Amino acid sequence: MAALRGLYRTGLGALCRRKGYQGFGVTHYRPFRVNGALHQQPFDSLEEKPQFPGASAEFVDRLEFIQPNVISGIPVYRVMDRQGQIINQAEDPKLSKEMVLNCYKKMTLLNTMDRILYESQRQGRISFYMTNYGEEGTHVGSAAALEPNDIIFGQYREAGVLMYRGFPLDLFMAQCYANADDLGKGRQMPVHYGSKDLNFVTISSPLATQIPQAAGAAYAVKRENSNRVVICFFGEGAASEGDAHAGFNFSATLECPIIFFCRNNGYAISTPTNEQYRGDGIAARGPGYGMMSIRVDGNDVFAVYNATKEARRRAIAENQPFLIEAMTYRIGHHSTSDDSSAYRSVDEVNYWDKQDHPISRLRHYMTARGWWGEEEEKTWRKQSRKHVMEAFERAEKRHKPRLDLLFSDVYQEMTPNIEKQKEAMWNHLKHYKEQYPLDLYDK
Amino acid sequence: MAAAARLVLRTASGAKVLRAGLGWLGAPIRVPHAAAHFTFHPDPVPTRHGPTQKMNLFQSITSALDNTLSSDPTAVIFGEDVAFGGVFRCTVGLRDKYGKDRVFNTPLCEQGIVGFGIGVAVAGATAIAEIQFADYIFPAFDQIVNEAAKYRYRSGNMFDCGNLTIRAPWGCVGHGSLYHSQSPEAFFAHCPGIKVVIPRSPVQAKGLLLSCIADKNPCIFFEPKILYRAAVEQVPTEPYLIPLSQAEVLQEGSDVTLVAWGTQVHVMKEVAAMAQEKLGVSCEVIDLQTILPWDTETVCKEECFLNLEAPIARVCGYDTPFPHIFEPFYIPDKWKCFDAVKRMINY
Repeated sequence: MAALRGLYRTGLGALCRRKGYQGFGVTHYRPFRVNGALHQQPFDSLEEKPQFPGASAEFVDRLEFIQPNVISGIPVYRVMDRQGQIINQAEDPKLSKEMVLNCYKKMTLLNTMDRILYESQRQGRISFYMTNYGEEGTHVGSAAALEPNDIIFGQYREAGVLMYRGFPLDLFMAQCYANADDLGKGRQMPVHYGSKDLNFVTISSPLATQIPQAAGAAYAVKRENSNRVVICFFGEGAASEGDAHAGFNFSATLECPIIFFCRNNGYAISTPTNEQYRGDGIAARGPGYGMMSIRVDGNDVFAVYNATKEARRRAIAENQPFLIEAMTYRIGHHSTSDDSSAYRSVDEVNYWDKQDHPISRLRHYMTARGWWGEEEEKTWRKQSRKHVMEAFERAEKRHKPRLDLLFSDVYQEMTPNIEKQKEAMWNHLKHYKEQYPLDLYDK
Repeated sequence: MAAAARLVLRTASGAKVLRAGLGWLGAPIRVPHAAAHFTFHPDPVPTRHGPTQKMNLFQSITSALDNTLSSDPTAVIFGEDVAFGGVFRCTVGLRDKYGKDRVFNTPLCEQGIVGFGIGVAVAGATAIAEIQFADYIFPAFDQIVNEAAKYRYRSGNMFDCGNLTIRAPWGCVGHGSLYHSQSPEAFFAHCPGIKVVIPRSPVQAKGLLLSCIADKNPCIFFEPKILYRAAVEQVPTEPYLIPLSQAEVLQEGSDVTLVAWGTQVHVMKEVAAMAQEKLGVSCEVIDLQTILPWDTETVCKEECFLNLEAPIARVCGYDTPFPHIFEPFYIPDKWKCFDAVKRMINY
């Protein structure tokens, strides 16, 4: 963070010295937007038009309520059909073979890692886990459309975004095992990943808190003039939180270069979407905030990629927020603490696993072009499983972080009362060490 | 009754009643909230920080913010109504001077203001968020306690929002009632990861606010609103820092220790004088200043419980919401504090 700040200050300093003033405004061109104040008539106009500062539209003399359109709501943008065939050639992003293969490998590697870590929780090796089954397309499609410097705020089901960026298996495992290699120093539950180097802000459990934070980060990024976007992931359940409303409204009024990416996967733990909202999903809320919005097929890597790419380009160029609602399905349980057979049918889950899966759809696209086949699939499965298992075994053997790390980083500096408590703990251990699993921890 | 009758007779002639003014109501009754419960005691003029200028509390805040915007190009100030100068005039002139991208209004949403501020800070810029009244800080409680306070710890020090300072007008003001008088520092006092600071005067406010802004941890800075106009001192125009987590002994004493913060410091100064004059009791007056992390060293030299000759007395408002018309009876005024000293001496 300090490096980031330093870089920013250097650039800013140079800019300020060159321009000779202390602050600088946004220099991007902002296209004309329909705005109440702009359409107001001057007060002495003879036309009877609304003068309200709050909204400008026209007068109407028929009483009619606006009907929310949830039957044929916002359409779902897609590029491939369920068999991986391109529907409209003009929409095929025509990514290189290398890039498409990388997308595929990241999705499948994630899937493999998910299986192994889910199992490891079942065996009592880690305390908790959340899989990403069925949503790999939303991760990889969006991540592929971003630049490495773009800042990512996630919720908890975006491991594929981090994986695409290059977060190594060892560090995924280290966080889940909370061992001494964990960048987070063992303080959080599994899957609460973070990486400063990869610009992935550490995950926190409270839902939607990241949404207004992402808007603030985007505002700061805008002032830097650094050609970066902020992307903020959340689920359709988290979108019900007040913080989501706050984040959307702030980003629109303060003109922030941000992409809000909603993974609408059908469930918030056991709560289906018809108990989460009554309107037309999350995308329909965007216009209410004055925000550009789109709904995409989240299981279509290219649709996700295209939407994210274009949203990124325009968010930066025009300093306005974009809302992408990626429709998908949560194939796995909410977490290892959940058994989803309690609230949904196996048939429903099987449909998505077999008939509409982001990994198989991309594979069909690849095989149709001769980029992938049975052999490659077999080899890759073996190789990826081997990599995951090796990282797994290393993580298993590694000690937990040293105990002093319980007490540091509360503040930037150590404070007297925390120092006293640390001494008290060590003192306590002197007399009661047999009662504690000290052998598991680094010295 | 006579007054009302007069009103009825006069209304027939319409405007005559209004033009006659309100004299027919008789002499005004005493208003319970007219007189302040304290006298502001200005500190001696500081000599170590360069030239000074007469400022009240809100002007000293403006001065601190002005210094910050001037020296730190990343600094931004935001909240409800800060653009035109703020409901307490703390940000007057700053938008014109530094630009609308640096001093701007946000929508009316405290959880958004603090959440947004955290994000600005995480991205490396200096964020100064204003909550219009401390009474309205509660929607932001989750963002403060679950997010801001824990950002550094939970990320293994990869991320932090140390660049965030939250400011809010605080405390009783004579007529504020339930929702314009609260002192909510206790809700935050046990939240590791944030700092909570409350100044007693303009000189203290500027130095402490600048320290909060410079501090690499998220800080909440409560400003005693009753002092915004009432407290006037000579305040250095240049920036200066008053250290956090260091309580200030304003007056040494040997019999009783009085600990207070914000407006109450001035009440306690009077109580100390009264105790000396009427009871011959020597009081030590300590301004805690930083509520979290607080200066245990100064207040309680080592574990002092065994050395106390009487139990600790807390003099506070009652366990009721902050009332409107009953404020003079509700607040821990100098008579209640004096009485507590008297009872303590006779324990």
